[in-house]
Amino acid sequence: MAATTEEILAGLAEIVAEETGLPTENVAAEKSFTDGLDIDSLSMMTIVTHAEDKFDVRIPDDQVANLKTVGDAVSFIADAQA
Amino acid sequence: MTRQHTPEVVVTGLGATTPLGGTTADTWAAALAGTSGARTIDQPWVEQYELPITFAAQIAVDPADVLARPETKRMDKSAQYAMVAAREAWTDSGLPAPTSDDALDGDRVGVAVASGIGGITTILDGWDTLRERGARRMLPMTVPMLMPNSPAAYVELEFGARAGAHATVSACASGAEAIGYAVEMIRSGRADVVVAGGTEAPMHPFTLGAFAASRTLSLRNDSPETASRPYDIDRDGFVMGEGAAVVILESAEHAAARGARVYAKISGVGLSSDAYHMTSPDPEGRGQRAAMSRALDMAGATPADVVHINAHATSTSVGDLTETASIRTLLGSDADHVLLSATKSMTGHLLGGAGALETVFTVKAVADRLAPPTINVDNPDPQLQVPLVRNTPAALPVGDIVAINNSFGFGGHNVALTVTNA
Repeated sequence: MAATTEEILAGLAEIVAEETGLPTENVAAEKSFTDGLDIDSLSMMTIVTHAEDKFDVRIPDDQVANLKTVGDAVSFIADAQA
Repeated sequence: MTRQHTPEVVVTGLGATTPLGGTTADTWAAALAGTSGARTIDQPWVEQYELPITFAAQIAVDPADVLARPETKRMDKSAQYAMVAAREAWTDSGLPAPTSDDALDGDRVGVAVASGIGGITTILDGWDTLRERGARRMLPMTVPMLMPNSPAAYVELEFGARAGAHATVSACASGAEAIGYAVEMIRSGRADVVVAGGTEAPMHPFTLGAFAASRTLSLRNDSPETASRPYDIDRDGFVMGEGAAVVILESAEHAAARGARVYAKISGVGLSSDAYHMTSPDPEGRGQRAAMSRALDMAGATPADVVHINAHATSTSVGDLTETASIRTLLGSDADHVLLSATKSMTGHLLGGAGALETVFTVKAVADRLAPPTINVDNPDPQLQVPLVRNTPAALPVGDIVAINNSFGFGGHNVALTVTNA
């Protein structure tokens, strides 16, 4: 069953928090991964790998660069699950 | 260009996380009390893989209790142990925090932190993931976590060290060789301060199984605490250990200029290789003697000056006696006044971390004038040729003294470091 966008955001926030040590409440939809959350490319790929696992979706490497914000990632995962 | 004088190298900070404790103070106190760090391994894989050895000297304080959670995700345990020990050593030295206004010039700060094996658990976990779930499930940090230079690199990043970061690999001599390399970095003028040490995180059924296959581990499963017994007539192999130790080395001038507390000097470094056999020491001990002799030469010391030796002594039948024969041949009658300690009887064998931990012990011994004990020597081997400190610590003499820390590794690597009082 597909997760709601709220559930995806909460799940993604847990993954980001685990990787970065930031509190989950900092991982808001409008936050930029690079500028807002200071996530480098290796950390981003780690987050993608865990997100693919958690939400049972495929996020192709050539799509990752388009995921500028947390909200972009939530939308991508929601669409991929649909 | 006129060559400046060769600087003396002093120890101003100590750090350790070991089977005896999560800090240098706890580890040293447990060692002086004659405590064993070995215990039965409480993991399902012991039975699952029918391991012939069911115990080890396991880390006393889980680094997850000390480090930030993301750090434990990005570093193999080998790097985690090194980071815990390096931070303790840096704080202990009183050097300014790397982020502070009065931080050191990073161009003058170096790192030499070694591991004998590297990120073995990361390698094996990644292999499991690949086989069970495919390449796409492998984690992006796998390579930077498995590299044997990963602990050195993380420590370099932590302290903004730009004079060079090195990982000298020589099996069970790695930690001592790293400290020797760090001494040379300061003596050659490349750095004023070097963070130096060794680390190992081998607790995995693969590593235990591999050492068991080489028939070098003690099989005393029913009594882990008494299994590591260097120089006892009934010794039957080493006990695998884990952990890290790190020292802060400085040029004597740099330490004096900031009024640092100095524990001792690393006055000599002696390196050699046996070119004899992959795993057995040269029975003639030529390489071992050469290492000790070269270290004493660099220190400007004579056999009469040597009061204490922290032996490599892993509790194997051949290795322990080869070393004491080498000591006796080199020092002659002066070996009679050497107090020999085999601290692996308590810590187990930290492999790439061993030489560094035993350097910390030797520095503490010289600074506190107290040689740590050797435990479990119920019946000393009659071929032991040097006075052994047994069960309780022994006082070292006042005045100028020299101690030696020996470390030898598979491959015939020999490292001797001399420690002189401050």
